[in-house]
Amino acid sequence: MVSVGRTSDWVYKYLVFPLGQMLVFITGTAVVLSIIAYTLAILFPEPRPNIVLMDQINRQLPGMVISGISIGFVYAMIALGYTLVYGVLQFINFAHSEIFMIGAVVGFEVMDAISVAGALQQWNPVLLVLVTVLAAMLISGLFAVVIELVAYRPLRGAPRLVPLISAIGVSFFLIDAVRAFEAIHRNDFNLTYPVNSLDWLKTPLRVAFGENTVNVRITGIIIVIAAVLSLLALNYFVNGTKLGRGIRAVAQDRTTAALMGINVNLMISLTFFVGGAFGGASGALYGLNAGTISPTVGFFPGIKAFTAAVLGGIGNITGALLGGLALGLIESFLNGILVYFPAFGQRYTDIFTFSILILILIFRPNGLLGEHVDEKV
Amino acid sequence: MKRPQIATGLIILYIVAVILLLISLDRTQVTFHLLNMIAFPLFVFTPFLIVSSPIDTRLKAVLILFVLAVAVPLVGLYDSSYLELIIQICIFTALALGLNIVVGFAGLLDLGYIAFFAVGAYVWAMFTSSSPTVFNINGMLVPGWTFYLFLPIAVLVAALTGILLGLPVLRLRGDYLAIVTLGFGEVIRILARNFDAFGNPPVNLTNGAQGLLDVGRPPLPDIILNTTGTIANTFNITIVTNLQPVAFQILLYIIGIAIVGVVILVAQRLDNSPIGRAWTAIREDEVAAIAMGIPLVRMKLLAFAAGASFAGAVGVLFGAKNTFVSPESFNLLQSISVIAMVIVGGMGSIKGAMFGAAIVTLLNLQVLKALSLQINSLKNIDYVVPIINFHIRDWPSQLEPAKYERLVFGILLVVMMIFRPAGLFPEARRRLELQRNDADLPDEGEISKNAEAIGRGDN
Repeated sequence: MVSVGRTSDWVYKYLVFPLGQMLVFITGTAVVLSIIAYTLAILFPEPRPNIVLMDQINRQLPGMVISGISIGFVYAMIALGYTLVYGVLQFINFAHSEIFMIGAVVGFEVMDAISVAGALQQWNPVLLVLVTVLAAMLISGLFAVVIELVAYRPLRGAPRLVPLISAIGVSFFLIDAVRAFEAIHRNDFNLTYPVNSLDWLKTPLRVAFGENTVNVRITGIIIVIAAVLSLLALNYFVNGTKLGRGIRAVAQDRTTAALMGINVNLMISLTFFVGGAFGGASGALYGLNAGTISPTVGFFPGIKAFTAAVLGGIGNITGALLGGLALGLIESFLNGILVYFPAFGQRYTDIFTFSILILILIFRPNGLLGEHVDEKV
Repeated sequence: MKRPQIATGLIILYIVAVILLLISLDRTQVTFHLLNMIAFPLFVFTPFLIVSSPIDTRLKAVLILFVLAVAVPLVGLYDSSYLELIIQICIFTALALGLNIVVGFAGLLDLGYIAFFAVGAYVWAMFTSSSPTVFNINGMLVPGWTFYLFLPIAVLVAALTGILLGLPVLRLRGDYLAIVTLGFGEVIRILARNFDAFGNPPVNLTNGAQGLLDVGRPPLPDIILNTTGTIANTFNITIVTNLQPVAFQILLYIIGIAIVGVVILVAQRLDNSPIGRAWTAIREDEVAAIAMGIPLVRMKLLAFAAGASFAGAVGVLFGAKNTFVSPESFNLLQSISVIAMVIVGGMGSIKGAMFGAAIVTLLNLQVLKALSLQINSLKNIDYVVPIINFHIRDWPSQLEPAKYERLVFGILLVVMMIFRPAGLFPEARRRLELQRNDADLPDEGEISKNAEAIGRGDN
């Protein structure tokens, strides 16, 4: 029996508050970035002959924000994997970018199997996306658990460089293991999601903003919906369930948690499963959005998501969300605006991302939301 | 008295046998690649075998000199691909020794180390390549003999880059440092790719993704050409169709060995100097090191600069050897392969780094390639594996062992970390420390346990 008061409490805690948080993060970052963009437009009115930056920004702003949100949610979901694991083990799971890649590959395999069975058109769109993403979550989560068992657990308590190097090894191993699998399986590494025949997925939604219309990709909308739902579920899981409390206890103090009767190893495995599942889901969504993926797809999203996790404050779940959204929007703005600066151009976007990472680590190593922790850096 | 003599005999026998085996391999045989895959590593490991054998030091020196000065060029004359591999091993040995300073001595995990190698290669390539860079267009190219001038220049430029990249990361440790250096490595690669249109108006510095073609080479002295010809004639080696390239490879080999020699010397001197001890102190406990009055900033920057300078020097050699330099030669895979070398050998151990460089380079460039070639040659004769009745021609074309270096590095790293985190040749100083503790103090069990904990860096 849940009384009315407790229900509204529940709704506030697990629905309104996290949703509001996301909204605040998105609007906040978008506003800050727009101010920066318009300042640039005032400082450099005509970076290229006959191109008025102000007009370009006016025209592109809605598009930049929308694409920034969808890529931002992907980064946020991957960043959660880094942050959850860092929270319990204080160690950067270098192989997480490959967990993401496995999610993308599994998503492709599932869709391809459905397509080969000829059922792609018949399936309900929601069911199709759900099955793809859930399969990717399950397999990626299991992979993460196995990796922890094989490559990290024997090294617990070793100097910090040791598990890190092991994780790099796992990451490299996974890339080539998947490549070998695909080589035997289909003798090709470029995996294209069979989405071209799906009209509902390919036709973009046209949204009017003033006199401009912006094409919003359906995959972008799917990403946002899936990410919001899974983030709500994660928030409930971590803050509202007994297992989530166990994970938080282990993150706070492993020894004391063990003394309190919490099965630490189980909690760590569970953390890896949840983090891996989020990585897998984002992989499948990313694949759906990008169309073509390959076993080396994980590197850049992985390092950017790591940047996002650090930006928000590693070890902090809300921080990962903020960092991911912020980084997605920053990147989208950079992509949109750098084009007009002939000295840079779009191809410097990645360098700017790395610079952000380096600057945060130097000036605010605890991230935007991270509290001060001794000996972290 | 007897044992060293037997050992000497055995080693000389081994050297002669391996050389004969390599020379006598029949390239037309179907199983050639498989035999080659075994025989060549045996040959490469002779110097390590000599060093670790219980024979007289002077005899060791003579034997190593014989292998380096006689055996390698001789084998190279029979098949210049051996020489090519040995030059690669030289390059990677210098790289591993350089990274060993940063990772092994000072304990700073640098995942972007290959960037300094790239700096060295680009410094030389930009000023000699025939690609349409701004230097070429403005007639600023330099002649080949300046190669020897560019070696120290590249050392300086790479060391400066090392300091520049080191400055912002001074405060970072462990995993954060690793990720940031990885980012730096990628940034340098992306810059090399983007600097075909640098600034406004665009200036072509690096020719971008197409890379720099026709990179300059040091001039070939007549004496090497003539000597090579004479030796080839005396040994009646007919395989050499064109003397020039082989003689050139021998020149590069000599330069490579010289660089590695200098690098070993410098690394050894550094390790045994107050600087090396300061690095060890920083590696073991940064806070304690500061408390002992070690100038942390200067020492860390020195480690970055010293490590980078080695890479810069061999970068020039790499450019001259390949005559082609492109951003893709300096990706993360390369950085990780150098890390794998240091880790396989044993972080902080000079001998280990060299051994690791030899093993990993051989695995990467010879063993995997030989497996690929072997599979292809078995495909050609339509070989069927007995018992399981597998037709080799059904082997997927994308499943070529040569393209799966990451698999090997990955397994190597994980297995080493789990079973031998100190490497195959653990650093000598650490062992020494533990032994001294045992001998000097009465309560040895306690002390050595503490020392072990310190050694592991627990805190």
